[in-house]
Amino acid sequence: MDLKRTAVAGTMESSDIMVTVEPRESGGIVLELTSSVMKQYGRRIEQVIRETAAELGVENALICAVDKGALDCTVRARTGAALFRAAEQENGTWEVGR
Amino acid sequence: MNGTRYVKDRLRRSMMFVPGNNPGMIADSRIYGADSIMFDLEDSVSLAEKDAARFLVYQALKTLDFGKKEIVVRVNDLGSGLGVRDLEAIIPAGVHVVRLPKTDGPQDIIDCEREIARIEQAHGIPVGATGMMAAIESAGGVLNAREIARASDRLIGIALGAEDYVTDLKTVRSDGTELFFARSMILHAARAAGIAALDTVYSDVNDEEGFLAEVELIHKLGFDGKSVINPRQIAPLHRAFIPSERDLRKAYDVIAAIEEANARGSGVISLNGKMIDRPIVLRARRLIALAEADRMAREE
Repeated sequence: MDLKRTAVAGTMESSDIMVTVEPRESGGIVLELTSSVMKQYGRRIEQVIRETAAELGVENALICAVDKGALDCTVRARTGAALFRAAEQENGTWEVGR
Repeated sequence: MNGTRYVKDRLRRSMMFVPGNNPGMIADSRIYGADSIMFDLEDSVSLAEKDAARFLVYQALKTLDFGKKEIVVRVNDLGSGLGVRDLEAIIPAGVHVVRLPKTDGPQDIIDCEREIARIEQAHGIPVGATGMMAAIESAGGVLNAREIARASDRLIGIALGAEDYVTDLKTVRSDGTELFFARSMILHAARAAGIAALDTVYSDVNDEEGFLAEVELIHKLGFDGKSVINPRQIAPLHRAFIPSERDLRKAYDVIAAIEEANARGSGVISLNGKMIDRPIVLRARRLIALAEADRMAREE
């Protein structure tokens, strides 16, 4: 997947996560995560975001995520939506992150 | 389910709308006790968020456990250019029933069914596995209700969408007089086709008295249930549909009398000196089935 622009998906509401994706030429996936449940679930959220990016073939990007207690399925959905928006692709596969 | 994801005839007193782009509401939707949960990709999702809502509903259907609840998704109408993409997301995800909005005639159902069948086939899902229901929201749609209700074997029911309907009629919602013809038409079309009849939402969640009056009216008319927009509406709605102890006792007496008469080989059945004929038996059986379904729903 080729990222073309900066894109956001999700909200700052409880149980959601706001994911911002910025294209990068190199440097791999750089993740900046803040979470209301960082100590308990920070590593898990990071894993889900990285898995989703990898499955969509995204190798370089700055991903900023502000988590408000989202479930895994929400983290996958928001990361997938942000990446598809950044790639300016309308018809995505829905099988992201699984 | 015979290879299908849906059950044609089941308890549908309440069908709760859940905005498709709200993860918190989606995650909590099971706990409120609605008979059916309806994730909405249409009116509650802004145009700019349609893609994100599809991702969210897809992931929720794939990963969350909704128990034995019926899972419905309201898609955008096919004419908007959004509906087919909604179907492409939710059918592989395992939705039980697709709710089609703004159904004006049988061709809307046929067109939607063709898309559903194409997507099922492409994903190795048995063709026919996904159920459908149609919301009728215009004067033309109400007049075509009979043909709409018979347009597909997948249909589990038809529903009234009153806000658009009253606007089309050039009136507003008031005491229900304005909906009497539409409700009667939809109910008759559903019954003639052997499917469920579902009433519209009651939008003022703070007006419990008005809500209860409407529930009593649609229950008396013969509707199977109603769409709800707030969990607070579920318990009073269900209470109105639960048979009273007295009616239930009478129903059991009727069934006992018919079983006794059958055992005796008697064709004539009476209870307390009154003759019992077929409609009375059918009503008694339906009442007992409703009480049993309610008990099972509460145990879940």
